[in-house]
Amino acid sequence: MTIYRVEDLRFRFGDAEILRGISLEFQSAQMAAVVGPNGAGKSTLMSVLSGFRDDYEGRCTFREVEIRQWKKRDLGRQLTFIPQMIRLEFPFTAGQVVFMGRTPYCHGLFESEEDREAVRKAMEITETTAFAHREFRELSGGERQRVVLAGALAQEPKVLLLDEPTTFLDLKHQISTYSLLQRLAREGIAIIAVTHDLNLAATYADRIVVMSQGSIAADGKPEKILTPSMLKDVFEVDADIRQSPEGQPWVFCQSPDGYLPETSTESFPPAPLPAAPPKC
Amino acid sequence: MLSRKKFWLAVGLSALFFGVVAGLAPLMGSSSIEMARALAGESPDHEILFYARIPRVILAALAGGALAMSGVIFQALLRDALATPFTLGVQSGAALGAVVSICFGWRSFGGLPAVWVTAFAGAAVTIAVVVSIAAEGRRMSSFTLLLTGVTINSICMAAILFLHYTAGFTQSFAIVRWLMGGIESRDYTTLVGLSLLTVIALIVAIAKANDFNVLAVGEEWAATRGVNLSSLMLLAYLLGSLLTASVTAFTGPIGFIGLLIPHALRIVVGADHRVLIPTSFFVGAGFLIVCDTLARTVMAPAEIPVGVITALLGGPFFIWLLRSRRRSLWV
Repeated sequence: MTIYRVEDLRFRFGDAEILRGISLEFQSAQMAAVVGPNGAGKSTLMSVLSGFRDDYEGRCTFREVEIRQWKKRDLGRQLTFIPQMIRLEFPFTAGQVVFMGRTPYCHGLFESEEDREAVRKAMEITETTAFAHREFRELSGGERQRVVLAGALAQEPKVLLLDEPTTFLDLKHQISTYSLLQRLAREGIAIIAVTHDLNLAATYADRIVVMSQGSIAADGKPEKILTPSMLKDVFEVDADIRQSPEGQPWVFCQSPDGYLPETSTESFPPAPLPAAPPKC
Repeated sequence: MLSRKKFWLAVGLSALFFGVVAGLAPLMGSSSIEMARALAGESPDHEILFYARIPRVILAALAGGALAMSGVIFQALLRDALATPFTLGVQSGAALGAVVSICFGWRSFGGLPAVWVTAFAGAAVTIAVVVSIAAEGRRMSSFTLLLTGVTINSICMAAILFLHYTAGFTQSFAIVRWLMGGIESRDYTTLVGLSLLTVIALIVAIAKANDFNVLAVGEEWAATRGVNLSSLMLLAYLLGSLLTASVTAFTGPIGFIGLLIPHALRIVVGADHRVLIPTSFFVGAGFLIVCDTLARTVMAPAEIPVGVITALLGGPFFIWLLRSRRRSLWV
């Protein structure tokens, strides 16, 4: 089912044109990764999709209704947005942050039994129950991100927008977060995630949207989109595309001195990698 | 995360503190009075109790409660722990209004003291200017609010300095005295009006407490969690400013309460605005009653400006609180 229909979307900050006529659609039960170099307009696109920036030109309909015409409370029961990071000025506990996801459902001052149940489940899925009573600011970057994800799940959204959801996560939690997102997509939720990690995107996303200078440079299944020429054009890197044992594309970037072995495509990953391979 | 039991316990305890303080304060003063004589309507005990002390305690309570609440609201709105009721220029607008009245020797407008009228008008003009500048264009953001407020603040302060410079000796003293802030007895009609406004603001603020929680995290965060951002920010700004303006018109600027009380309470009851707003109101009210009682008794018959007491009493206590309790007692 088509959730978003974006037609000729334009956005400017003063004289700077951030989005230059974007047209695309997003479906439910699909996980889309939005990638692109810094300044491509990814975050701005997300904040139009989230309903936060409503001074765009062109059209952006959410469930057939222009997104700026949605009442925020109704919209809050349909979609949620997870920012790149949140800096809290005040001593909220992790549990309180998760409960904020229930704000669009609140009637009166106190939470209902339903709210408590949604929060309990969300914290269990994200393995954050143990920090419920700890102050959010005292948690590590990764723990915070999981707490924020729990809050988004407690909101029971149909659409989940994420801006670099795994920036501060360790390897295990990167994988578990992306598997969780994939599972949510299988259950019917539309996931739209901005990311810089092309390989995680290729592994988990059903679709990759490549943005460059405020436009869509490529859009489609990971195996179609990830090509050396696209990486050269959009990201300005020399890269090679291999296949993982599961048949998904895997991007190897060429460092200036070139660590990429010349031959052998059968071994995966090529061993040994240098200490810190540049991340795509 | 907030059970009714915790909510009522916190609100009940803070209301109890307020009740005890408000009950005891009228009994203290530079001249001793006999309760029996005062209640029997005998002079001068009756006049001292009912026309000097009780109205003064009521004004202190309203001012303290309103300033503490206004501090909570501005801190959530600007997501700035150091925001105070005076950050966005309301107080300096009121001060400019009051100083204009003093300098031009205006006595009264429509039966009300001119200083109150012009102070309130000054604050109202500031509010209107800040809103019209900050809300222009795209949407209200805390950044434009802060910049506009701070700029208006500086302009008003410059105008006050200029007027003060040109003022005569008597006027100059009156200006300084007003700028120090202080609580004086007011007539009951004024107090009833002020209480109505404060209580309505308190109810509205508590009703919006869940929205203030998400606003305190971030704008896009709030906008994607069911909050209409522009109207909530406008409401928060008007609520905080009106509270500050109406109190400041009667008392002049009284510093520190809007910063101290909300922070002290965040340490004790946590950041949840559903508890923070009502407890701030009661504790702020009680605290200013204590400070004002000290102000009028310690050096009696002379009075210490109450702003001096709030800072001298509250400052060290706040530092002790910060050092002794890094985490909330209330989770």
